Amino acid sequence: MIPAGFEYHRPGDIASAIGILQEHGDEARVIAGGHSLIPMMKLRMAEMGHLVDLQAIDELKGVEVGADIVTLGAMVTQHELITHDGLAIAIPLIREAALQIADPQVRYVGTVGGNVANGDPGNDMPGLMQCLNATFELSGPDGNRRVAARDFYEAAYFTAREDEEILTRISIPVPGSGVGQAYEKQKRKIGDYATAAAAVMVGNGTASVAMTNLADTPVWSESASSALAGGDVEGCVSAMLDAIDPVADNRGPVEFKKHVAAVMLRRAIDRAQTRAR
Amino acid sequence: MSKMHVKLNVNGKEVEGLAEPRTLLIHFLREDLKITGPHIGCETSHCGACTVDIDGKSVKSCTTFVAQVNGADITTVEGLTNDDGSLGVLQEMFREHHGLQCGFCTPGMITRAHRLLQENPNPTEEEIRFGMAGNLCRCTGYQNIVKAISASADMLNGQKEAAE
Repeated sequence: MIPAGFEYHRPGDIASAIGILQEHGDEARVIAGGHSLIPMMKLRMAEMGHLVDLQAIDELKGVEVGADIVTLGAMVTQHELITHDGLAIAIPLIREAALQIADPQVRYVGTVGGNVANGDPGNDMPGLMQCLNATFELSGPDGNRRVAARDFYEAAYFTAREDEEILTRISIPVPGSGVGQAYEKQKRKIGDYATAAAAVMVGNGTASVAMTNLADTPVWSESASSALAGGDVEGCVSAMLDAIDPVADNRGPVEFKKHVAAVMLRRAIDRAQTRAR
Repeated sequence: MSKMHVKLNVNGKEVEGLAEPRTLLIHFLREDLKITGPHIGCETSHCGACTVDIDGKSVKSCTTFVAQVNGADITTVEGLTNDDGSLGVLQEMFREHHGLQCGFCTPGMITRAHRLLQENPNPTEEEIRFGMAGNLCRCTGYQNIVKAISASADMLNGQKEAAE
């Protein structure tokens, strides 16, 4: 399991990293924690002539907790999300979800930016960021732009990010006090992707509901969210079951996945409502 | 592909070598440096047998390019002995509590447990199990592994108190 050879780059700032991507085009890819990319490289399902390691770029690091907005650098690891006390107070949902990703070793190096940018439908953070209505900041040759998490995902591994762009930061509005949050994930074993997972925020007459690994993108549903905002749990669950589109695989047949999706969603709603009080 | 110059601190010693960037850290440790404590188990980032400590983090060295850790401080199970070469507390407790049968997973278990106890010196049984979830033992020896880590925590805390 030895990957194909590549030239290694470790640029010190975003502009240099983009320069390398421009110079080598399709032949170059960025690497953050590498725990999605390296296994693919070892299987030779991913090959590139140039690997651009983002670890030395300080602009991509750090958690900023403001009164209204939390900003996460793309290179913030799951471990840093879990151990950041200010973040756990501002948006407890993030720690709750991060603790359910992979295993301790992977969480030390796996980054939030890699998790959202990779476009893997199994990843937990994309659905979570849609629930939280986060915005992704992208830097490219033509400057910076912002894309809402709810508009970012096009298909499995296809996102609004262009090849020469780097996802640099994530900004998340801090939910108001009185908004309960919960993340529920069913997985076959530690380290597995979700069979189904639900991210829920509810309170103050508002709600937001997103689910993971039940379609080729995360699924945030406006009708499920507004049903829950009006207190209609059954309406929320039924709208979400209409919105998801699971396929049969080694995690189970479609009927089972829909069943688990409803169970996860009801549990998450229940816990979020308890926390909203 | 041209080789790059790699400089690491492994178990307190500066080491240098030439490696292709694609070289996985586990291969560099075992084949170039002859540090064979970390094992190649599943080679797919599941089993944790290759766990090493990199700059204070438990990391699976089968899923790390040596290029990524150029300049890092690395500790393997070999670096967890006492200064006189005798077994360190975790190593001793794994022996005492029969925390291994075939021993293949043990270097990864001990290296991971070392970091867990650095971060949480008084873990509950549940915290130990959660903190060790990235390491698999196919002899089904988890019960004694948990006991060994718990006993290590008690012993390390006792040593700390005695020193104060």
